[in-house]
Amino acid sequence: MTFFTSWPVERADQQINMKQLLAFTKKEFYQVIRDKRTLLIMFGLPIVQIILFGFALTSEVKNVHLIISDNSKDVNTLQIINKIKASPYFSVDESVMGYADIEEAFKKGTVKSALIFPSDFGKDLVHSGKAQVQIIADGSDPNTAKTIVNYLTAIINDYQAQLSPAAGLTYKIIPETRMLYNEEGNGSLNFIPGVMALILMIVCTALTSVSVVKEKELGTMEILLVSPFKPFMVLISKAIPYLVLSIANFTVIILLSVYALDVEIKGSILLLFMESALFIITCLSLGLLISNVTASQQTALLISMMGLQIPTLIFTGFMFPLENMPWIFQAISKIIPAHWYYLIVKSVMLKGLGFEGVWKETLILIGMTTVLLSVALKNFKIRLS
Amino acid sequence: MDEEKVITCKALSKKFGDFYAVNEITFDVNKGEIFGFLGANGAGKTTAMRMLCGLSFPSSGEATVAGFDVYKQQESIKKNIGYMSQKFSLYENLNILENIEFFGGVYGVERKEIKERSALLIQSLGLEKEAKKMVGELPLGWKQKLAFSVAIFHRPKIVFLDEPTGGVDPVTRRQFWDMIYEAAATGITIFVTTHYMDEAEYCNRISIMVDGKVEALDSPANLKSQFSVHSMDDVFYQLARGASRSAD
Repeated sequence: MTFFTSWPVERADQQINMKQLLAFTKKEFYQVIRDKRTLLIMFGLPIVQIILFGFALTSEVKNVHLIISDNSKDVNTLQIINKIKASPYFSVDESVMGYADIEEAFKKGTVKSALIFPSDFGKDLVHSGKAQVQIIADGSDPNTAKTIVNYLTAIINDYQAQLSPAAGLTYKIIPETRMLYNEEGNGSLNFIPGVMALILMIVCTALTSVSVVKEKELGTMEILLVSPFKPFMVLISKAIPYLVLSIANFTVIILLSVYALDVEIKGSILLLFMESALFIITCLSLGLLISNVTASQQTALLISMMGLQIPTLIFTGFMFPLENMPWIFQAISKIIPAHWYYLIVKSVMLKGLGFEGVWKETLILIGMTTVLLSVALKNFKIRLS
Repeated sequence: MDEEKVITCKALSKKFGDFYAVNEITFDVNKGEIFGFLGANGAGKTTAMRMLCGLSFPSSGEATVAGFDVYKQQESIKKNIGYMSQKFSLYENLNILENIEFFGGVYGVERKEIKERSALLIQSLGLEKEAKKMVGELPLGWKQKLAFSVAIFHRPKIVFLDEPTGGVDPVTRRQFWDMIYEAAATGITIFVTTHYMDEAEYCNRISIMVDGKVEALDSPANLKSQFSVHSMDDVFYQLARGASRSAD
């Protein structure tokens, strides 16, 4: 028997989808594992990024929404409050909130800083020359929180100096600061969700788009399209290996964060994984979309890297506080998927919120993914006819 | 003419805007035939071939491939044809066996059959020692023979070869054509486009496309006597000279 015998063979219209999918996925894994460059990007990038971003980034804040709870209501507190109001950094909200209400507002994220005067503030200051005031800031964004605390402390110190008369008597106001959610002001806490968003975005989008475009360049895509393998399945089988690899990658980042940077994961790890899988699918869809509109690997890489990395860096809000940006930038941030994923990870990982705290962001991500994926699939089909 | 027809085309056209890339071509291809599909670049060969392979819809006209309609049964067509393009089309970072396994799997060939026939294939190509080598490390001639074998691995009724011997030396080209003959002898139909006129001589029948139309269709010997010339080169030259579309 030789290779050239008994031709042709009638192949029934059997269900061959599963077999095709298996063959394709297997091939895709072989290719990824043999491509040292891809592996380096995939697993080298998180380590480099985490080291790079480990250095805290300073940032300036303006017009911070500050809650003042004045339980003393005396001439001193009034003077301090007026001083704060006069500064351009804060927009003051003098609501009569109890501590529990303030804590709740922080959890919701509507408030980033608060100043609390205890009820005997004025009395203490006049009688003993010493009084305490509490400053609370949202430490899950440590750069902003530190700046807020510094500004408030400076204003209080300034007032204290003003108050102390030339004649011997000194007054001392002791600000007691508290960083909610990140008591130690640990900078790495904040950038880890950002780096996670960034890395998943780059790895998933760039690698998927490049791997599809590569097949176009080599001419193998043509062969696949002539085969009975459906275009839809081509895209799906391209996505599966990268989904698996990205989840592995995500695990590496989490392990690095926990064991190398001492980050405590407050919320449910399962929820974090599910949300991340969702975001990975968003990025894969974006990668497929990019591969539809580009014909060379270089272009695909350029769009994925330059076109996505920089907006991700800027608009997620982990490097530069979004509060300071013009409204147009803030509006743009709303259409960046990474922005929503960043919010989700921050809430789950740092604040320990459950699904009820992130369902809105999750829905937005699901919506974005659906749109991206259906556009990618539709474009892919149009190209064929 | 009782010969079984595996490809039939009647006034098949493809229009892009006002431009007829393929203008009412009509021809039949018989079972087991080696059918040469010739034409200068831009004559419409590739567009015609894409319609027959189920990659694009015709604008008008009729055609069947392996008994299936090109409008309605593209999926069935795809199952019954093989395809090898002018660009090299195997995965360079997979070894020979993995490539066979992949393409076999995509065409739904049973695992057992893949195993048996890939061994036969490697044996017939004399590649036993290279079976585990990455395809990228093989010389071009071997790659092309392998690509052809992979294109017919699932034993299709028809195989479409789009300029399969581009950039290959004459000796390897000759060997490649030996393989084509061997395959054709088993009943598989070969539909091949080429630029080399010596290869045109190897075909049972050839058609020559000029400006989207089929201008000549017969056996090489008949065409030569029809145009009173001695070589296919001259036949082609006489036809292509009148072309209005520029060749690149």
